[in-house]
Amino acid sequence: MTVRVKLFAVAKERAACDELTVELPTHATIADLRRSVTIAYPALAPILSHAMWAVDTAYANDNTKLTEQSEVALIPPVSGG
Amino acid sequence: MIQLTNHPIDTAALLDRARHPNAGAVVLFLGTTRELTGSRQTVALDYEAYREMAERQLIDLETEARRRWPLLECMIVHRLGRVPTTEASVAIVVSTPHRADAFAAGQWLIDTLKHDVPIWKREQWADGTTEWVHPGITEEGERGRGGEGETR
Repeated sequence: MTVRVKLFAVAKERAACDELTVELPTHATIADLRRSVTIAYPALAPILSHAMWAVDTAYANDNTKLTEQSEVALIPPVSGG
Repeated sequence: MIQLTNHPIDTAALLDRARHPNAGAVVLFLGTTRELTGSRQTVALDYEAYREMAERQLIDLETEARRRWPLLECMIVHRLGRVPTTEASVAIVVSTPHRADAFAAGQWLIDTLKHDVPIWKREQWADGTTEWVHPGITEEGERGRGGEGETR
């Protein structure tokens, strides 16, 4: 399945785009996605160890399951305020 | 009430809305763009949000604050885009019957916002360079740069 990942801030800057397209097996989880992105986008690797993930606008964990309809985002450490 | 805006924050209007006949206290917190971080000079901060998620998180923050404290009014406004020095990037206003609850709620709201809500700032340094602030990743993040100068 194809999962799209929204990028923000330094992740968007390093990937030079605001969305990634990642091919994953059906029933893949956030942990699977992180592994795929680490390999496919080495420029993002330093960020991935510190970043959170969001699925459908809520923070996710490694076990969160993904579908093609999932709205997925990579959330680098936040700095609002 | 929560709001993300690309315009300067009208604090007078927020304070007016916070007035309530049962309120004995109104607390306003502003996070403002500070010029100096150590010896480095900031011209402005640029803010970016994952807007849909940030709005949802801010609504959750207001709901949780109202559950914890007897808030009569609660407003959280975050500015996006460029915020020059001295101007506010975030405003939090709460009104309560007694002041202890207003201070406690305001403190919790800004601390939790800075920790949880998907908003990011980028330094516009006076030397023309720019730098995203990501606590734990970037140099500025390591120093705990905050719009109002607090560590996370």
